[in-house]
Amino acid sequence: MTVELDTPGTSAAPAATAAGEWSGFARSLPKRLSELGQQPILVVSWIIVLVVIGWAIAPDLFTSYSPYDGNTNASFVPPSAEHWFGTDRLGRDLFARSVYGARTTLTATLLAVLVAFGIGTVVGLVAGFAGGFVDTAIMRVVDVFLAIPSLLLAMVVVSVLGYSTHNIALAVGISSIASFARVMRAEVLAVVTQDYVKAAYGLGVGRLGVMVKHVVPNSLSSVIALAALEVGTAVLAVASLGFLGYGAPPPEPEWGLLVAEGRDYVAVHPWASIMPGVALAIVVIATHRISTSFRKDHRR
Amino acid sequence: MLRYVALKIGRALFVVWAAFTLTFVLLFVLPANPVDLLFDPAEINAIPPEVRERVAANYGFNKPVILQYLDRLGHALTGDFGNSVQSGRPVTAAILDMLPSTLVLASGALALALLIAFVIAFVATSTRREWVRNLVEALPSGAVSVPVFLSGILILQIFSFRLGWFPAFGDEGAKSVVLPLVTLAIPVSGPIAQLLVRSFATEFHSGYVTTSWAKGATRSGIIIGDVFRNASLPALTIASITFGNLIAGSVITETVFARKGIGRLTQTAIDTLDVPLVQGIVVFVAAIFALINLIVDLNYPLLDPRLRATLAVSTPRAA
Repeated sequence: MTVELDTPGTSAAPAATAAGEWSGFARSLPKRLSELGQQPILVVSWIIVLVVIGWAIAPDLFTSYSPYDGNTNASFVPPSAEHWFGTDRLGRDLFARSVYGARTTLTATLLAVLVAFGIGTVVGLVAGFAGGFVDTAIMRVVDVFLAIPSLLLAMVVVSVLGYSTHNIALAVGISSIASFARVMRAEVLAVVTQDYVKAAYGLGVGRLGVMVKHVVPNSLSSVIALAALEVGTAVLAVASLGFLGYGAPPPEPEWGLLVAEGRDYVAVHPWASIMPGVALAIVVIATHRISTSFRKDHRR
Repeated sequence: MLRYVALKIGRALFVVWAAFTLTFVLLFVLPANPVDLLFDPAEINAIPPEVRERVAANYGFNKPVILQYLDRLGHALTGDFGNSVQSGRPVTAAILDMLPSTLVLASGALALALLIAFVIAFVATSTRREWVRNLVEALPSGAVSVPVFLSGILILQIFSFRLGWFPAFGDEGAKSVVLPLVTLAIPVSGPIAQLLVRSFATEFHSGYVTTSWAKGATRSGIIIGDVFRNASLPALTIASITFGNLIAGSVITETVFARKGIGRLTQTAIDTLDVPLVQGIVVFVAAIFALINLIVDLNYPLLDPRLRATLAVSTPRAA
């Protein structure tokens, strides 16, 4: 993912604290909503994402079928009004399995982004704020993590931790720490040269105080934009590892695994893998669209 | 200039060494009992203790960690990553065997991805219709959003099972590479296209283009003659992302199409916990990554005269 680093100019407002930014956000909310009305694709994206979050929170509200029990007399029923996504080999409703699978996949995604965001931000903050030898040492390690393609790194980590959805989440998170660290460090380096930081030092605020009160709130915005973008990437990574069979064991519904299960019958019953796969792709496209709108907002 | 070159080479070597060390820690030190990883998980309980000990001694697991590390590092420097646990063959030979197949797939996919990306950038820049531009500009983010395994299955379904134009699986003949190649090209083209669309737009509004307009050049003449040359260079800066996409994509693509190659080798190595092979592959991939970055870093000043000028006058720190 390419991430453009915003120029220090964006954080020009002296000592703009996170709280100040949020009240600004609230005040412009009606304006934002009316802007939203002019972007139908963005609205649809939000609806898709909210519905899928609903799937994850209360799957039984969206489907009356069980994700585990099937009717073996009705195996491989094509998509119909009764079974929106059709049924699989065991006659299980694939829509129900997709709905329940949202919880597995989205929880893993959230965990992955939190791991990457949490650790990456701290590492980048320390590197950028400490400078000197610490900075060089940390950034060389970050280089190494960037040199190994993230899917490969995640595969290695998951093979060491053992196969499970939680470990997939950890592995995906760990493999994205480096990009968060790099963005955070660049932001911190830009913020520490600002006048308000010098002023704070001049007023006698300690290093820790400056870091917590001024550097962190003013460096976070780019990293948050990256986190939004990372959600889509993480869903894909989690599903890819699930597809390769490193996640939840088969009876569990998980989006990548659903596609993998249907793949064996793709020649005769294509919908069994295509329907869950298309649902996954639509969710990723929607998250992508939303995170791009965040980035545009942020750049303004 | 010399310092710049030395610094870049030093960094590349460091990355390869660190990738070796990282995988050593992950695969040989962290697991509670690395010997267990050397056996098939299904048969692990059936293995008598004396066999375990012999294997441990054979792999040097009874020695202190630091000695194991130095021993492995020494061998790795000569290109020896030990033997694959599953096949018993040298890791290096196993990787080199699979390399040509993946190289054909990856280079073909890269060529196609570049073509797609340039067509998208060209259409987005040259069209005067707003909706065409919006549509074309939406394609790259779609390309990175669709999971590779889904596009693979869709392509397989349409062009192999429905139309019967291409074989579905295997690696016999030139025809079998077409579908995997297209599948892999899609996600690789996305980021390149996004970058090109942006840099085409920037260059299209620069001063020398205005001059060309004034001299009576046509829209497509300007794009091909002026913009194309100047806007292509930034594509090199995302070579590392492209490489990562190619590797990750080939793991999935080779699995979906049951093709042999580095991607499939990686997947089997991970599935069977073939520790030496996994380490060999990761170090190999990191080495290629470092090499690609090195080539880009060293050639960029040659390709961009502005950068050459900065390098000549300033200290390498600025580069």
